[in-house]
Amino acid sequence: MAYEPPVTDYDEIVENCTCAFCGCNCDDLDFLVKDGHVVGVRHACRLGASKVMEDMDQRLLVPMIRDENGELQEVDWDTALDKAAELIAGAVRPIFYGWSETSIETMKHGIRLGELVGAVLDNQATICHGPSLQAVQNVGYPVATLGEIKNRADMIVYTGSNPMNSHPRHLARYTTFPRGWFRQRGRFDRTLVTMDPKYSDTAKMSDIWIGFEQNGDYGFYNAIRAALKGKEIDQDYVSGIPKEVIMELAEKMKNVQFGALYFGLGLTHTLSKQRNIDMAIEMLTDLNEYTKWVLTPMRGHFNVNGFNIFMAYEMGFPYGVDFCRGYQRYMNGETNTIDLLTRKECDVFMVIAADPGAHYPGGAVKHLAEIPVIQVDIHWGPSTEIADVVLPGSFIGVECGGTSYRMDGVPIYMKKAIDKPETCRDDEWIIRELLERVQKIKDEEAALASK
Amino acid sequence: MEYILKNGIVYDPANNIAGEKKDVMFKDGKIVDNVSSDAKVLDVTDKIVMPAGIDPHAHVAGPKLVVGRIYRPEDSRKGVTTKTDVCRSESGFSIPSCPATGYRYSRMGYGTVTEAAMPPLEAKHTHEEIMAIPNVDVTPLPLFGNNWFVLQWAKEGKIEEIAAFISSWLKITKGYGIKIVNPCGTEAWGWGGNVHGIDDPAPYFDVTAREVLRALSQANEMLGLPHSIHVHPNDLGHPGNFPTTINTLECVKDIEKSSGMRDQTIHLTHAQFHSYAGTSWRDVESGATEVADYINKNKHVTCDVGQITLDETTTMTADGPMEFDLHQLNGLKWANKDIELETGSGIVPFIYSGKAPVSSFQWAVGLELFLLIKDPWQVCLTTDHPNAGPFIRYPRIISWLMSSERRQEMMDNLEVRVWSYKRTSLGSLDRDYDFNEIATITRAAPAKIYGYQDRGELTPGYNADIAVYDLNPNDIDPIKEPAAIEKAFGNAMYTIKDGQILVKDGEVVKVVPSHTLWTNVNGFEEQEKAVMEQVMPTFNRFYTVKFENYKVHDHFTPYPIVTEVQAGK
Repeated sequence: MAYEPPVTDYDEIVENCTCAFCGCNCDDLDFLVKDGHVVGVRHACRLGASKVMEDMDQRLLVPMIRDENGELQEVDWDTALDKAAELIAGAVRPIFYGWSETSIETMKHGIRLGELVGAVLDNQATICHGPSLQAVQNVGYPVATLGEIKNRADMIVYTGSNPMNSHPRHLARYTTFPRGWFRQRGRFDRTLVTMDPKYSDTAKMSDIWIGFEQNGDYGFYNAIRAALKGKEIDQDYVSGIPKEVIMELAEKMKNVQFGALYFGLGLTHTLSKQRNIDMAIEMLTDLNEYTKWVLTPMRGHFNVNGFNIFMAYEMGFPYGVDFCRGYQRYMNGETNTIDLLTRKECDVFMVIAADPGAHYPGGAVKHLAEIPVIQVDIHWGPSTEIADVVLPGSFIGVECGGTSYRMDGVPIYMKKAIDKPETCRDDEWIIRELLERVQKIKDEEAALASK
Repeated sequence: MEYILKNGIVYDPANNIAGEKKDVMFKDGKIVDNVSSDAKVLDVTDKIVMPAGIDPHAHVAGPKLVVGRIYRPEDSRKGVTTKTDVCRSESGFSIPSCPATGYRYSRMGYGTVTEAAMPPLEAKHTHEEIMAIPNVDVTPLPLFGNNWFVLQWAKEGKIEEIAAFISSWLKITKGYGIKIVNPCGTEAWGWGGNVHGIDDPAPYFDVTAREVLRALSQANEMLGLPHSIHVHPNDLGHPGNFPTTINTLECVKDIEKSSGMRDQTIHLTHAQFHSYAGTSWRDVESGATEVADYINKNKHVTCDVGQITLDETTTMTADGPMEFDLHQLNGLKWANKDIELETGSGIVPFIYSGKAPVSSFQWAVGLELFLLIKDPWQVCLTTDHPNAGPFIRYPRIISWLMSSERRQEMMDNLEVRVWSYKRTSLGSLDRDYDFNEIATITRAAPAKIYGYQDRGELTPGYNADIAVYDLNPNDIDPIKEPAAIEKAFGNAMYTIKDGQILVKDGEVVKVVPSHTLWTNVNGFEEQEKAVMEQVMPTFNRFYTVKFENYKVHDHFTPYPIVTEVQAGK
C-alpha cells in the first residue's frame, strides 16, 4: 500500500458524519469538504472513505428512460416520474426491492406506495441474512448493543464472517481493540476467536482459530452444545476438529465474564443455512446458564437492519411483505423476491438503492430483463443495464440526511454534509412524487369507473 | 367546529360527577361551558360519557417491541385485517403493529398511553414508532434505574447531579418522566446476574436499589416533575417478593413531594407481579393483602395492576434477568437486548392459561389488588401490555371487576384452577366496581398520577378527549351481564380526540397523527451545563455513538405536547 499524504487542501470540516457503508454505521467521520465535494474522510475505513470520496464515480446524474431501440435516453424529471408512475399503477404484481441503502424516511413513502398498489416490499435480507431472521424466529434473539461488547466483553467470537475485510472498523471501534469501562487495556484484556474454515485476515489476528470443515458449522456447534451440557462426544473429530479442542473451547467459553458472538454469511449460506444459526443461538442460550453471552448478525448494508425494523413496526413482519391481497402476508419461499422472480410472477420491478443485476441468481435476473424495471440509485451498475426508467437519487449521510439502524439496532440520524448534484433528487422526494402520481392515476381510474 | 353531546350520563370523577345526565360541549378541540345554537348535536341519550381513557403503563413502541414483532411472526399473523378506506391493514395480537396499536386503543375509547420503557440510546427508535401510531397520544418514559451515571452519583449521594442529568436527558430523549426497572438488577444482568431485595448491591458499582430509588426520587422532587418515579421493583415474579415491594415503597416514604399536580411520590407498576408470598412456585401464596394494606395506609403510593388476562402473549421488559429465568421456566424462545451504559431487556413468549395453576393464581392476585385497594385513585387498570396480556382485554377486565358473580362463575366452572381461590383471598371478595370507579381507574386516576393538566377530565379548557359507550347505566346490571359490559367498552360508540370524532360505533372513521408528551425543565440550565462537563468525557470514551448523533432531533417529534416545568416549583 503506497503512502498517501494527508489531505490538507480543504475549505471546511464537517464532524460526526455517519458512514453509509456497512452495518457498523460509524458516526465519528470527519468529512473534509472543498468546493462542495468531500475530498478527504477522517476516521473511516478504506471501504467507507472510498465510497464517500468517490461518490461521483459512475454517478447517475439525470433521469433516463429506455427508448424503443433499447437505449437509455436522458429525459426531464416529470417525464421519468410519470413513466414510472404509469408502470407502477398498471402493474399486477409489482415488487419494490432494495431499501437497505436509503433512509427510513424514504421507506415511509415506499410502504404507502406498496399498500396502494398491492406490491411486495422486500430488502437484501432476502438474499443475505434472511436465514438469520428465520433462525431468530425459531429459537430466539439474544443481542446487545456494540457498546456493551466494548465495555464488558473479554471474549469475542467471529464465525462465518471476516470483519477485517467486510466491516473493517468492527474490531477497531467496537469489539476488540477499544478500551472499555471494564476492559481498560483494550485488546490485551480480550480473547479473540475466529471460527471459520478459512484462515481469513480476521483469523490471522485472532488468539484462537477454529478452522472447521466447510459445511461443518452445524455439527461443530452441536458438539460444543454437547460439551456444555457435560455430554461425552463419541467421535474423535467433529467437523474436522479434535474433540479435545472442542471440550477445551467449551470450557473457555463457559468461563469468560462476558462473551459476544458475531456471525456472517458464512453461516447463513452453507449447507444447513438457518439451522446453523439455530444451533449457534441455542449454544448462546446454553452458555447463559453459566455466564453472559450475546450475539449479533454482521449486517452488511448500513440500513438493512433498518428496513427489517421499519417493516416490523409498520406491518409486523421483517421482510418479504406482500400486500397484494389488501393485507400483509409474509411467507418465506412464497412472498420473497427471488421466488417471485423465478416463478415469473412479477410484472414491474422497482429497485431502490440496491443492485439485483449484480447479486441475483441468473434465473431471477433473466426475468428482470424481460419486465419493466425502475431504478432509483446513485450509481451506474448492472441493474442500470436492465432498467427501463432510471431515477438518480442522492447519497444518504453525505448529500441528504436520514435515519438508519446499526446492525445492533441503534438508530442514528445521518446528517447532510454537502449539497447533492443539481440534477439529482433526494430518494425521499422521488418516492413521495411516485406515491402522489400513482395516487392521482388511481383516483382518476376510480372516478372513471364510478361514472 | 362546535359540538354538543346531548343527554349522556356522565362519569367524570375529577369533577365529582358520577352518573349525572348532562350535556358535554366542546369547541375547537377543547371542552367548553356553552356553545352557540349552531353546534352540531350528537344524541347520546342515556349513554355513558367519560373522558377518553388513559393507559398509565404499556409497551407499545420501541426496540423491544420490534424485536418481538421480528421474532414472532406467529403473533403478527393472528391479528391481520384488510385495509379499509380509512385504516391501513393491521397485524398482531399481543404485539400489534403500530397502526393497529393506535386503532385498537381508539376503538376502546382511549386517547393516551404511556410507553413505559424507552432506552435513551434508542429513543429515536421509540419516537419513530410513536410517529407510526395514529389516534392515541404517547408519553414515553426513559429508563434511568440502571444508568451508569445515575448509579455512580447515587453511590456518592450527588442528588443535584442526578437531577441535572435527568433534566437534560429528558430534553435529549424527549421523555416525560423517570422509569426505574429492577434497579441494580439489570446492571447485574450485564454479567448474567441479578440482585435480590433492595439492599443487594450491583456488582462493581456497589450501590443498592435502595440508594438508587431514593436518589432518583429526590432528584424527581428536586425538579418537580409532573410524574413521580415510576418503579418496577426488584424480584419481579418471584414467590415471596412482596416484602421487597413494600420495602421499595417504604424507602421513599420520607421524601417530600414538590409537585402539586399529583399526590404520590412513587408509582408502583404491575403490582400483581410483585405481590407474592411463599418461598417457591410449589408453596406460593398471595401477598396481595399485605401490599394492598400498605397502599391503603400510605398516600404517597399509587399503582397499576398488570392484570393477567389468560392469553398467549409476549412478555417484554427491561428486567433482563427475569426474562432469562422465564425462558428457563417455559423453554420458549428467548430474546435479549442489552443497551450500553443504560439498561437491558428481554423478551419471551408466554402462555397464561386458566388450566395452569400458576396462571390462575396470578389472575386472582391481580383481581385481589383491584378489590382490596380501597381508594380507586390509587390504582389503575393495566395489563402491563403485553406482559400480562394485550391491552385489547381491558374491557374484559372491566367486566370482571364489575361482576363478583362472573368471577365466582369462573372459579366454579374451572375456567381458572383452584389455586385462584385456595392460594388467594379472591373467593371471599364480593366487591363490585361501579361505573364511577371504572372511570377513575381508567381515566381520572392515571391523569392525576401523571400530572396531566389537559386531559382526563371534562373540565372546560381541557382537551375534548371523550369516550361514549353504548350502555345505559340505569338499565344494565353489570353483575349479571358481563358480556354486554365487555362488548360496550371494547367498541366505543364515539371516541373523540381533540374534538374530532375518530371512532363511531366501534369503527375507526378518522385517523389523525398522535402527539408525543414530554417534559421540559426550566431553571436548571446552570446545573445542566455543569453536569454535562462531567458527563462528556465518560460519554466520549464509553458510548459507541457521538453525542451529536445521540440526541433525538426535533423532527422525531412532529406533534409534541411539552409540559413546561419550573425546577423545584
